Amino acid sequence: MMQDTGMARHTLRRFLGLIPTLLMLITVAFFLMRVAPGGPFDSEMVLPPEIEANLNAKYHLDEPLLRQYFRYLGQVAVLDFGPSIQYKDWTVNELIAQGLPVSMRVGLTAIVVAFVLGTLLGITAALKQNTGMDYSLMGAAMLGMSIPNFVIAPVLILLLAVYAGWLPAGGWDSGIASMVLPVITLSLPVTAYVARLTRGSMIEVLHSNFIRTARAKGLPEMVVITRHALRPALLPVISFMGPATAGMISGSVVIERIFSIPGLGSYFVQGALNRDYTLVMGVVIFYGVLIILLNFMVDLIYAWLDPKIRYDENH
Amino acid sequence: MNFFRQFLLLAVFALLFAACGNDNQEQQHSSRDGHEQPVELILTEDGRPARSVLAEQQELHRDNGEEPQTLDPHLAEGLPSAHILRDLFEGLTAESPEGRIVPGAAIRWNISRDGKTYTFYLRRDALWSNGDPVTAKDFVYGLRRSANPDTASNYAQVLLPIANAAEVLAGDLPPSQLGVIAMDEYTLQISMRDPTPYFLALLSHSSTYPVHRTNVEEHGSTFSRPGNLVSNGAYVLKDWVIRSRIELVKNENYWDAQNVIVEKVYYYPFEDQSTALKQFRAGKLQWTSEVPNNQFKWLQQHYPDELMISPWLGSYYFGFNLQREPFIENPELRLALALALDRDLLTEKVTQFGELPSYTLVPPGIRGYVSPSQEWAEWTQAERNSEARRLYAAAGYSEENPLRLEIRYDTGGNNKKMALAASSLWKQVLGVQATLLSEEFKVFLQNREQKVLTQVFRAGWISDYADAYSFLNLFRTGHGRNDYGYSNNLYDSLLDEIAAERIPSRRRRLMFEAERMLLTETPFIPVYTYVTKRMVNPRLKGWQSNVMDHHYSKDMFFLKAASEQATVVADIEAATVEQTEEEVLTSDIVAETATPVIGSETLITEEGVTPDEPIQEREAVVPEQAPTAADGKEDKTLPQGLLE
Repeated sequence: MMQDTGMARHTLRRFLGLIPTLLMLITVAFFLMRVAPGGPFDSEMVLPPEIEANLNAKYHLDEPLLRQYFRYLGQVAVLDFGPSIQYKDWTVNELIAQGLPVSMRVGLTAIVVAFVLGTLLGITAALKQNTGMDYSLMGAAMLGMSIPNFVIAPVLILLLAVYAGWLPAGGWDSGIASMVLPVITLSLPVTAYVARLTRGSMIEVLHSNFIRTARAKGLPEMVVITRHALRPALLPVISFMGPATAGMISGSVVIERIFSIPGLGSYFVQGALNRDYTLVMGVVIFYGVLIILLNFMVDLIYAWLDPKIRYDENH
Repeated sequence: MNFFRQFLLLAVFALLFAACGNDNQEQQHSSRDGHEQPVELILTEDGRPARSVLAEQQELHRDNGEEPQTLDPHLAEGLPSAHILRDLFEGLTAESPEGRIVPGAAIRWNISRDGKTYTFYLRRDALWSNGDPVTAKDFVYGLRRSANPDTASNYAQVLLPIANAAEVLAGDLPPSQLGVIAMDEYTLQISMRDPTPYFLALLSHSSTYPVHRTNVEEHGSTFSRPGNLVSNGAYVLKDWVIRSRIELVKNENYWDAQNVIVEKVYYYPFEDQSTALKQFRAGKLQWTSEVPNNQFKWLQQHYPDELMISPWLGSYYFGFNLQREPFIENPELRLALALALDRDLLTEKVTQFGELPSYTLVPPGIRGYVSPSQEWAEWTQAERNSEARRLYAAAGYSEENPLRLEIRYDTGGNNKKMALAASSLWKQVLGVQATLLSEEFKVFLQNREQKVLTQVFRAGWISDYADAYSFLNLFRTGHGRNDYGYSNNLYDSLLDEIAAERIPSRRRRLMFEAERMLLTETPFIPVYTYVTKRMVNPRLKGWQSNVMDHHYSKDMFFLKAASEQATVVADIEAATVEQTEEEVLTSDIVAETATPVIGSETLITEEGVTPDEPIQEREAVVPEQAPTAADGKEDKTLPQGLLE
């Protein structure tokens, strides 16, 4: 009972803490964007002053900056991110709504693959510590982490799409086939990292006293690992997975570009390069909220995994 | 024991990979064969491809390079939007496959003697995609909307030659005061501020397209969405999945629909050129917007029939900031640097795609205009180098006292390589100490414009319309893109004269004079003329290379693959037996076009019937038809500069 109210209070506090964090994020992002030289309408072709004035008026860019800032805060408060300056036929809300499901599908699949595969490989390596198996697994993991995805992706496309013709070379039709290569590329470095994390913490846990006790009790090795060792060993993995998930479901620029996937990731870069103020602000705020929420979820999972962590203020 | 097992495992993997490798090599050949050669093109009497040679599937998959910013023709800017809008809408004028201005929604027009009044006679058979007739009122509405400050069009400067356009854009006059009047349902009159010989070309630009009034008023800012958009071009918008694909289908209400062969057009925004290339190789695309910069040799070797390279109406320059030392009042030094750049080397080794070395401001390819030639352009590079050294020394620089300068460029494209190559050439020939500075595009633009930090900078220009004035105007005092800080009263007054001149030969002479004046002062270094470079499926015909790089899907069609040749022959035999009206001529034409068709340039043989001839005839008829009673002799229906 005690624990439940502590938990609820903790949840509430975290949620309230979200507001100043977000406000900070919006403010910094808003003014940073405006500090960047150049504006959304600068291009090789120069606009006559009257046309530039019309454009600035349309997007309220002719108002004093502070007024623009408060206007924007007012909009965000009602969850309206405004029209995109770059993609004129769409609002930022529509762009996010179209890109998010795509990024979510690829990102969540990749994160599940990375988590399952990574922990399995990590545990295997930890159990076979200092054997050939351990070395080759960790060697492969090192390789997976250090080869950048813009190298892996084209190689995979060449092998599996262009030469073999089994999979599409890019493009997005929401089908499984168009997801395979992006998911592999996206999950590979995370899988490798998770494997290394799991192995490290697993080895540490396996050497701790309570495992020795469990083994001394005569528990079968399988039970020792799944019931006692795994949960604490996963803690560092879980805390890594929070931000990693946020990063992956909000889209990867490189993956989206190479596989031509219409996700959210390239809006960060495209938006910033085009000085599409509204689009950049929209995705930054969205990403910020996502990270805060996922970190919060990590906290909850922590509490469930580690009996030492309790959000009871009396302790 | 354990190690032995590991070793075995590794060996098995190695074998597997090796096997894959072999597989790949074989696969590569089969995927190359995916782009089959077409059958020979056979044209019918009226210059259209014979049905017997057309492929069954007429679906075009075009890579568009990027997501279009908008499909609202009056807000559009940038190439991706323009490509799609050319398929969706039709302006008063249009372009033929080789880039000539031809009648579009207007079937003919006449231009008053002073060049300030254009009267357009619209097609009576033109319909909107919803079946409504396209009338002069639609054009009036479209042009007023385009100029309306509330629309906030980026490209409304295309309208500036129209009377009162500047005042309307500035909000000083209401849009109704724009110099555009519907005389009757099918007659449109446009009054001009200046005679603008390239105005007919501007009328094929999206800023001047008509829009359907009730459509726009009903849907507001979402009128350009699929399901909403009513258009008057050869295609209608079927579907738009943002950053994924845009699907167009043939507009059955288009006046020339019976001659539109491609039924569906898909546009894909492949931002990564290697991705587009891979899609092309996998047979998913028949047209790419570009090819990767560094793969010329490989492409030329493996895809000689698919790689299409042709000059573009734009040039790459290095600019000098004339408001900052050492380039103020120092034309000899600027010329020395210009001489020392070995353009043949730069185009061969750096750009590699057959870009043309350039010595002038205006790129070649504009009908009726030839740039003045620079004397030293005819010299060998060794001669240029020795003259450069002489000028360099005369300007007071030497080995002990070398010129130090900074080359500023924006990241992307070949800019870094070009800057590196230029700096090493200058060092090698003159001993110049150059530092390189790379900036993000918009930062670079701003610095270039402010003319405070720059010395030597990357510059360039691609024109929206085929007229030398577009390039010359860049050096007008106070022009927004005059990042050189070039200011010359004589030059400015020449530009004013060009703007007011409507007799093509005189105007041409003035432009020639202006360009020569500019070149003698060397405020910039011309380096090379851009090329467009793309992959095109060899079975896709009907398009031609043109300097504007405008290609309408309605002109294109797919030929059958050569492997289907048997069916073609059978078809023709069947036709001759039946002696059908349509096929009587094909046997003659088969004989005529018996020479193999290579590439798109030779698609339409010179003596053969071109798809444009009916149009040419129409133009020739115009002067007699035009109601030009009073000043008929001077009245030119078409300005020569554009249509010669």
